[in-house]
Amino acid sequence: MSITYLEAIRAAQARALEQDPRVFIYGQDVGAFGGAFKATKNLARDFPGRVLDSPISEDAIVGAAIGAAMDGMRPIVEMQFADFSSVAFNQIVNQAATLYWRTRVPCPITIRLPSGGTAGSGPFHSQSLEVIYAHFPGLVVMTPATVEDAYTMLLEAVAIDDPVIFCEHKFLYYHLKADRLPDESLPAGKARIARPGRDLSIVTYSAMLHESLAVAEELAGQGSEIEVVDLRTVKPLDTDTVMASVARTGRLLCVGESWPWGGVTAEVVARVAADGFGLLDAPPQRLNCKDTPVPFHPNLWTAHRPTARSIASAARDLLRL
Amino acid sequence: MVQSFLTTMPPPVAGAATVEAGASAREPYARAFQWMLLARHLDDKLASLYRGGKIIGGVFLGRGQEALSAALGMQLRPGDLFAPLIRDLAGRLAFGESVLDVVRTHLGSVLGPMRGRDGNVHRGRPKAGVLPMISHLGAMVSVVNGALMARRFRGEHGHIGAASIGDGGTSTGSFHEALNQAAVEKLPLVVVVADNQFAYSTPSSRQFACRDLLDRAAGYGVTGHSADGTDLGSCLDAISRAMAFARGGRGPQMVVAKLLRLCGHGEHDDGAYVESRLKRAPAGRDCVRVAESHLVKLDWASAETVKQWRATAVQQVEDAVATAQREPLPDPAKDDWRALSEARFAGTHEA
Repeated sequence: MSITYLEAIRAAQARALEQDPRVFIYGQDVGAFGGAFKATKNLARDFPGRVLDSPISEDAIVGAAIGAAMDGMRPIVEMQFADFSSVAFNQIVNQAATLYWRTRVPCPITIRLPSGGTAGSGPFHSQSLEVIYAHFPGLVVMTPATVEDAYTMLLEAVAIDDPVIFCEHKFLYYHLKADRLPDESLPAGKARIARPGRDLSIVTYSAMLHESLAVAEELAGQGSEIEVVDLRTVKPLDTDTVMASVARTGRLLCVGESWPWGGVTAEVVARVAADGFGLLDAPPQRLNCKDTPVPFHPNLWTAHRPTARSIASAARDLLRL
Repeated sequence: MVQSFLTTMPPPVAGAATVEAGASAREPYARAFQWMLLARHLDDKLASLYRGGKIIGGVFLGRGQEALSAALGMQLRPGDLFAPLIRDLAGRLAFGESVLDVVRTHLGSVLGPMRGRDGNVHRGRPKAGVLPMISHLGAMVSVVNGALMARRFRGEHGHIGAASIGDGGTSTGSFHEALNQAAVEKLPLVVVVADNQFAYSTPSSRQFACRDLLDRAAGYGVTGHSADGTDLGSCLDAISRAMAFARGGRGPQMVVAKLLRLCGHGEHDDGAYVESRLKRAPAGRDCVRVAESHLVKLDWASAETVKQWRATAVQQVEDAVATAQREPLPDPAKDDWRALSEARFAGTHEA
């Protein structure tokens, strides 16, 4: 049997609904239709009254999830695309993220953001917004890169007493497969060494993990051993694992699909430069997509985002330094 | 639930009982009036403390809106939900908020519900059903919706949620989304619109183009109720009817009350843009004076009784201020500086 990343997300939601009566799912077309990507397929049938179609009202969807969480529920919100969460931005960053700080009442909501680019999706169905949400205190931001993590981290997101922004990557929905779903995994906030190496650390997350692993494989054939670190959760950011990796390799390349100004890659580079300068044998580098909206046509899109090719080029440059 | 944080008990209705046709109307009217008096005196005190430089941040008063707000807060029941806005002091008190909570939050006492982390009108106690407002107008309505949905998921019925909004707040997308959502879900929500003719300095003519905000109710598929915001009896009736409809399963209700804000937007604002003709118009009447005249005229309370109520209100306010002024202020060395509730995330977020 093989399970896709998308099926893992559906399975995690089914399990969450099954094991916790406080869980419900709320979002556009998530009911009988099963969601734009079918991440909630059959869940309305299997859990009657607990998987609700919402109006096209992202602000009110998240607002209602917050109110329900304050009143003891564990809502899972599906944004149809991460891009549309900008309409709910106020509720997420000002209401959900401040509630515990202000009142000591936790806000256990999970907001699923189908994120990242796929060919032909264009400027409004391709965004990676983990950076925006990571900027605000009061939110946990998850960016699972594997089928196993998609499953266990979503279950953990629902169990966490704080608001979790769950950035699931659409590019991985169908491509990524696993034989079975795990029962346990590293906790939120812990990075994972996806591939050990000694010459260069590529620190990355989400879909860029797979581009980076492909680079490590390619360069291994050319005599370089690349260590690949999967951050898994970008907030909290596991600085210890990153620093330990850089201590082994002396070289850092941080790769993210989101825009270059600020963000996760800048944060990682800043932390390593500030706290691990002595570990470095070369200036820390980072690679992001281009600083433009995400283009529609595949010819432009593949040149816009980091790919195995551009990551390999950056890695080779860094290895030569 | 609400009683757990009550330190201001509802004042007793004093004075000789009047046996007449309107006697059943007397008790809620007199009780609401006492909340109005308490709110007015507390507001006056906050304004005075503000002018004396004793208040941290801004001060926003409910002057002129006490009748509407008291009628709302007083008719909610323990277990109901209330999302007040900045001019809801009377309603908050009537729903069970203590005078001390109000004063502590304005003076920055660490013993207040927000512990210095948030201030003045942003106070609340979610577990007591009072949702702490964020500054973004319209954003609280869907939060009330969600809490009502939570109760429905659990099969708990009979409670309602109330959300206050002003004429300006009805222009937000957030308000529109939330009222539509409540209508779709047929939630027992009562939205109370204080059409006080100004949003900060912007008059209604620059805020909306419909004849009356009440006209919007039909567009959402909710029942509309009109009230004269300067007339306590009208406010009590309209809100009572709206709440009965909501409790009775008739979905969201929208009450629109016409009145005039009898102060600036905040105490930093002298409201000079409010033309005097508006103040002289019927909607510019002071609801506290109108209610007092009504009580005395119908012999529901003597002038002497009102005087006693006023003295009681003043004393409650003075006591709370004296207490809160002696209380400790927040200490940055003692704050845990945690934005997330789970202890395992402590210290993981800073760079």
